[in-house]
Amino acid sequence: MSRRSSEDSVSETVDGPLRPNDHLDQTGQTDQPGDDGGSASAFSGGQPVLGVVGWLRWGWRQLTSMRTALVLLLLLAIAAIPGSLVPQRSADPNGVTQWRATNPDLYPTFETLQLFDVYSSVWFSAIYILLFISLIGCVLPRTKHHWKALRARPPRTPARLSRLTDHRETTAGVPEGEDAAGHAAHAVDLAEAQLRSARYRVERYDRGGVASVSAERGYLRETGNLIFHGALVGVLISVGIGGGFTYTGQTVITEGDGFVNSLGLGYTSFNPGRFVDTEALTPYSISLDRFDVTYAKPGTPGSGQAGDFEAHVTTRFPGQEAEDQVIEVNHPITMAGDRVYLMGNGYAPTITVRNRAGTVVFSEAVPFLPQSPTMTSQGVVKVPDTGGKQLGLVGFFYPTVAKLPSGALTSAYGDLVDPRLTFFVYEGDLGINNGDARSVYALDTDGMTEIAGRNADTPSLELSPGQTVDLPGGRGTVTFEDETKNGAPESVKRYVSLSIHNDSSAPWVLFFAILSLLGLFTALFVPRRRMWVKATPDGDDVRIEYAGLARGEDPAIGVAVADLAERHGKALGDEPASAPATPANVN
Amino acid sequence: MSFDDISVLLLWTAIAIYTLGFLAFTVDLARRSELAIAAQDAKARTLVAAGGGGQSIEDIRAEEAAAKIALEAAPSKRGRYLFARLGVVLTTIGFLFHVGADVTRGIAAGRVPWSNNYEFALTGTLLVVMVFLTVLVKYDLRFLGAFINGLIVILLGGAALAYYVEVVPLSDPLKSVWLVIHVFVASLASAFFALAFALSVVQLLQSRRERNALAAVGTDAAPRTRLPFLRTLPSAEVLESLAYRFAIIGFVLWTFTLIAGAIWANDAWGRYWGFDTKEVWTFVIWVVYAGYIHARATRGWRGTRSAWLSIVGFTAVIFNFTIVNQFFQGLHSYSGLPS
Ligand code: HEM
Repeated sequence: MSRRSSEDSVSETVDGPLRPNDHLDQTGQTDQPGDDGGSASAFSGGQPVLGVVGWLRWGWRQLTSMRTALVLLLLLAIAAIPGSLVPQRSADPNGVTQWRATNPDLYPTFETLQLFDVYSSVWFSAIYILLFISLIGCVLPRTKHHWKALRARPPRTPARLSRLTDHRETTAGVPEGEDAAGHAAHAVDLAEAQLRSARYRVERYDRGGVASVSAERGYLRETGNLIFHGALVGVLISVGIGGGFTYTGQTVITEGDGFVNSLGLGYTSFNPGRFVDTEALTPYSISLDRFDVTYAKPGTPGSGQAGDFEAHVTTRFPGQEAEDQVIEVNHPITMAGDRVYLMGNGYAPTITVRNRAGTVVFSEAVPFLPQSPTMTSQGVVKVPDTGGKQLGLVGFFYPTVAKLPSGALTSAYGDLVDPRLTFFVYEGDLGINNGDARSVYALDTDGMTEIAGRNADTPSLELSPGQTVDLPGGRGTVTFEDETKNGAPESVKRYVSLSIHNDSSAPWVLFFAILSLLGLFTALFVPRRRMWVKATPDGDDVRIEYAGLARGEDPAIGVAVADLAERHGKALGDEPASAPATPANVN
Repeated sequence: MSFDDISVLLLWTAIAIYTLGFLAFTVDLARRSELAIAAQDAKARTLVAAGGGGQSIEDIRAEEAAAKIALEAAPSKRGRYLFARLGVVLTTIGFLFHVGADVTRGIAAGRVPWSNNYEFALTGTLLVVMVFLTVLVKYDLRFLGAFINGLIVILLGGAALAYYVEVVPLSDPLKSVWLVIHVFVASLASAFFALAFALSVVQLLQSRRERNALAAVGTDAAPRTRLPFLRTLPSAEVLESLAYRFAIIGFVLWTFTLIAGAIWANDAWGRYWGFDTKEVWTFVIWVVYAGYIHARATRGWRGTRSAWLSIVGFTAVIFNFTIVNQFFQGLHSYSGLPS
């Protein structure tokens, strides 16, 4: 297994980069079980007899072949595509729900095929896991081999350099008073020095008057290749292990309110990795002082577009001074290793509900979810304890109210110009007493009767800030509080949704990613080549040959040999007279 | 007249000039065809006298060697094809107008001119032409001129018609240095992929012609070719290795794009990778080109098969830029187009 080059004559003692057996550099085709070169014992009487070991070995060899790697790569590319066509649960859970609603017939099939979880599906995982096993099986032996090659001497000069494609030959006269062999040695000394200064590793092979130097450079190419492939494994492992230590949580904070980093206190949702100790979160707090946003003025380009989002927050670690910070898109803040991101924002109108007796049964700033770029928003108010039947209100909020031709309301602009709030009111059972987790943004109206709205005798309620309206049938009142009365800068409070992430593996992923980029760069752009200069006494003259052999892709090898011949010829020619080098081969 | 109006005007001027450049290069190819046919006819006449129709192996090798030397000749020593030179001049002038259009758009917007689909097209095609003109200094790739100009006219004209949007303020997630770096490098990578793609296409044509030519050796029949100018171009092998060189530059830049994108996503969206539509396609393209590089090193895949991978890769790049940006749902909804 020492022959690893197609140039037999050249590779007698040459150990090139070890490559999978169907790499272009390799000799011999190894497609058949049992045909693994060295193991003659697997054959008896010409008939391959394969034991389990033989088959395993053959299987491993197939798995770590270039062709398998290639096929797996192409499969990986194809397998990744469906995830961009079908909504994915991880990235877009609502999309999946919607898809299900529009394609109820196809849904079960897609579900079985794991098309909504492509990137964690069995088939996708199988492809990349096989690919990485192949990768490791390929890289490990190559690393060992390269380690040896790094410490080996450049290989013996081939007997017939003229068989190489990139070859040049010239004849130099021997100066007075020197013998041909001496001059040959002198010429090769010169070449050796030149190659060495061109950062080649050199080795002299002088034999019986024929002097030659063998030189090699670009070991870094293979090093880069191995680092690149190895770093890919590093990326995968960091991502895989890191996932177990990662947690992600979401929270919503209204102006004037705060959040404490603790499960059960602050988060609206929290997804910890397997190894996260949820009891050990640092209990820092974040409170939202003010949320700023700018809207492009009507009549200017991008009219109505919102931007320059800034959440002005006060953060505090237990027992420490509070600190004012600003969270912006692209500029998360870091708290105890957590990164805190600004993910969304909206309006949280403050709503007060009074019952028949005039007692306040609900008073809160309720976050409304934006439904459109102009911030038409939807929200839900649930009043379980009214003293009578439970109440549920489904509201729409329009920061700048306008009427559509149909008579329906809409919002014309995202900022608070003429805020309006409307409610459909339901009465009955909210369904929150039986312990089911219910979204604060949705109202299940199944067990309820509409008492104000489209399907009721009373039309929906409509309020401006500061206004109070009656619930139908004297059930009480609803007030849309004007926050400026409480000293706030705007009549309606705003809220932000924050996402809090802790991913201690991210720096490792980045490290390996950058390492792979560096490896890739050297692997692709450092030429690896061998060069030989040989001087043979030939009567009264000395025949000087130059030859080069590219190890891997090397478009400039021909030029490199020509350059060497020219530089060497010149240096030599400065001393005695000699003929200019001529290309021996035209290709 | 606003800067943006000036930009649009310059852009259409550039498109017009590129169209002329396309015509010049096409005429050049046609004339090379005539040249090749004339040479073939002359050859055939002498051969008929000698009793043979096909080329000999030596002829074919000599033709290849001559084409390789021509490919690598310094600009002053190149074939003086009149229309090719005209094409280069027109492409260069078109390029200058194109630069003007890009810069004035940037001034009008007060930021880098690559933050929506229209501007991606504007800058991306600019980089294609820039890379092409730069490479021309080293290699005589004028035979790609018709292709490149044609591609630019289609992409730029299409973008100006279908993707044009007025300058609007950047949305918040785009306010980042990564917009400058990530998007620019992605466009640059695409430019190299475009060139590799063009070469791979010519490589496929060339290798089919070469197979026919070799099959005709020693027979009476003259080899069939529908595109005789191919005879003046470098051999399929030379084209392939050139395509490979551009593809690996593109690949390294694309790898950087991928990493930079992940860093940006980690700042903007709170995770570095989430298989968002655009992320998926960036990954798919990356994997296809990794496959291409492997194919080039795998026995049985070098040559025609690997060339197809380069073609698939660039098709995916274009698909990603047009269809994915426009029609696929995802976080990267920055095309600026109404959905
Ligand atoms: C995640 C999967 C893989 C990716 C993304 C990948 C990517 C690449 C890239 C980009 C190159 C070119 C850079 C260089 O020469 O270093 C390369 C080269 C190479 N890869 Fe991989 N590779 C993968 C898996 C494998 C596997 C499984 C094998 C072994 C069977 C392998 C063997 C090689 C070899 C031998 C080269 C050198 C090619 C040459 O001589 O030009 N790779 N790979």
